[in-house]
Amino acid sequence: MSQTNNYKQPNAKGKFGIYGGKFVPETLMTALTELETTYDESKNENEFLAELNYLQSHYNGRPTPLTYADRLTQFYGKGKIYLKREDLCHTGAHKLNNALGQILLAKKLGKKRIIAETGAGQHGVAVATVCAKYGLKCIIYMGAVDVERQKLNAFRMKMLGAEVIPVNSGSKTLKDATNEAIRDWVSNVNDTHYIIGSVVGPHPYPMIVRDFQSIIGIETKSQILSFEQKLPNYIVACVGGGSNAIGIFNEFINDMNVKLIGIEAAGFGLDTDKHCATLSKGSVGIFQGMKTYLLQDEHGLISEVHSISAGLDYPGVGPEHSYLKDFERAEYYSITDKEALEATVRLSKLEGILPALETAHAVAYLNDLMPRTANDEIVVVNISGRGDKDLNTIIEKIGGEIDDIN
Amino acid sequence: MTSIKNYIEEKNKLGRKVLTIFLTAGYPDPKTFVNLACSFVEVGADILEIGLPFADSLADGLVIQSSYLKAIENNISPAIMFELTKEIRAKADVPILLMSAANPVLRFGLDNFINTSITSGINGLIIPDIPLEEHAEFYNSHEEIDKILLTTPTSSDKRIIKIDQMSSGFVYCVSVAGTTGVRNKFTNETLDNLKRTYGLVTKNKMLIGFGISTPEDIINFKPYCDGVIVGSSVVKRLAENLEYKNAIEFVRSLSDACNFD
Repeated sequence: MSQTNNYKQPNAKGKFGIYGGKFVPETLMTALTELETTYDESKNENEFLAELNYLQSHYNGRPTPLTYADRLTQFYGKGKIYLKREDLCHTGAHKLNNALGQILLAKKLGKKRIIAETGAGQHGVAVATVCAKYGLKCIIYMGAVDVERQKLNAFRMKMLGAEVIPVNSGSKTLKDATNEAIRDWVSNVNDTHYIIGSVVGPHPYPMIVRDFQSIIGIETKSQILSFEQKLPNYIVACVGGGSNAIGIFNEFINDMNVKLIGIEAAGFGLDTDKHCATLSKGSVGIFQGMKTYLLQDEHGLISEVHSISAGLDYPGVGPEHSYLKDFERAEYYSITDKEALEATVRLSKLEGILPALETAHAVAYLNDLMPRTANDEIVVVNISGRGDKDLNTIIEKIGGEIDDIN
Repeated sequence: MTSIKNYIEEKNKLGRKVLTIFLTAGYPDPKTFVNLACSFVEVGADILEIGLPFADSLADGLVIQSSYLKAIENNISPAIMFELTKEIRAKADVPILLMSAANPVLRFGLDNFINTSITSGINGLIIPDIPLEEHAEFYNSHEEIDKILLTTPTSSDKRIIKIDQMSSGFVYCVSVAGTTGVRNKFTNETLDNLKRTYGLVTKNKMLIGFGISTPEDIINFKPYCDGVIVGSSVVKRLAENLEYKNAIEFVRSLSDACNFD
């Protein structure tokens, strides 16, 4: 087993190689430093860790299972597929792992008002949930298009006591919700903590969110070792901002024989302009506080992007993914809307697991990967979330053809 | 001493706080933009600040965001903005500043962007998402143009002192924590902060911006600055009223407020 222990990112300035950093208006700099200091103090503090661990076990339901997918494995007739079941987290996705950590930070920072952006609504629901639990005021920014296509989650957040503000600027999706959340933070920074939902934004967010999500990979490693007495050959996860992917990758980053594969959304296809495959088709830029790969036009304006899954519908990507791509530690491919829909149905029919449309992108990549695997090769797919929230979209797109998909 | 700093110094000596007027490049349309810039100078604008449209600007409120979207619809690219600025430069002999998000600058190429800025008659750059921490790396020791940094009410004394050291041309003091746009009322806290910041900025001249919307605001702020920057309340008048006379008269009234009593 080849292994290195030299991966230490980001540096003190919050840079992953040339990526990351703190590209935000001056108003936020003090709050970012304060967050960084509080996080540095907390991350090794027994009391903080004990509270977080308690919540992860007894509120979130961790550890989540690692499920052997025997019928899916049979379907491909090669390799061995395991599923890391983040869909079984409380609230239905990996997002709560981070929201729990950050609400404890907010409490330490003495902030009374919590804001967040959301795409699919999974992060919004997670934040609304922790705010309900801790009795904090919660404001969720959500693109107007996403409020419509993720109605259930928008309603759910309101039930949890959050105020959901539909954002009508730009493409009315995740990018625009994030802009509005940052503008809110600039205006209310004294009493407000911004819980970013992915490994994006200015330092220290990409690091903090990664650290809170890395529980996924830590559990996966011990679970696969107990099942198979060896590490997996491949780990596959979907990438929008990239938090579930980093979460499962991080623990394996020094295990050089474990191939890390991130799957972006190809929307209608990479040959169209309706996709959000940032790492596959983007170029380096500065956006929403970070230097990273972006989908942008020749003048540096951010592109309007598309994915059937609201959670992947984002023109940027976490800076650490940009770094891992350049250094070829992780590989990134993309999957179209259509392939993702088919994978959603396949996983439901073969394993009794309805994945989120985001997650389905990772599942669909098995079509490419499995024919190339040897019989004793192990593949772990991160099932980042469950698909109940997507039923409206799924019915609309393939309701009539459900019997024809295998 | 840089030319912008000199210029502000001269105006101050003549008994005047400098008035900086912000315009979105190519808004409401390219020709009107150039004409308005010149008219504003005629009625008393001492400095012009031109905003390069960026749809995802984090520091801007709704008024400037909307003007950026309109300008993008008008296809105002950096190259076109530079051409329009040259036209203004040919007619107006005042310092011209350029406000941009970092990404269009990076995309254009930093060296090329700075060189083209200079040949287009631009004297200083303001890039709000390049704070102190990213300043040296981003600008990569380009000294030939003024780079104006911003302070805000959340900046510590220590940061303000560093910002003053790193900034050239002047220091842009943001009056309130928030995005650009009209404020109904400034509080005593606002004035206390302006006073604090003005005391700490010693190397540079200091101009106050964000939320200034009336001659009275300028009169209140006068003791704590060397000049002011007005944006949204001008752009708002352009958006609401096709009689640009209204905006021009407004600038004249701001200019009158900038003179010492």
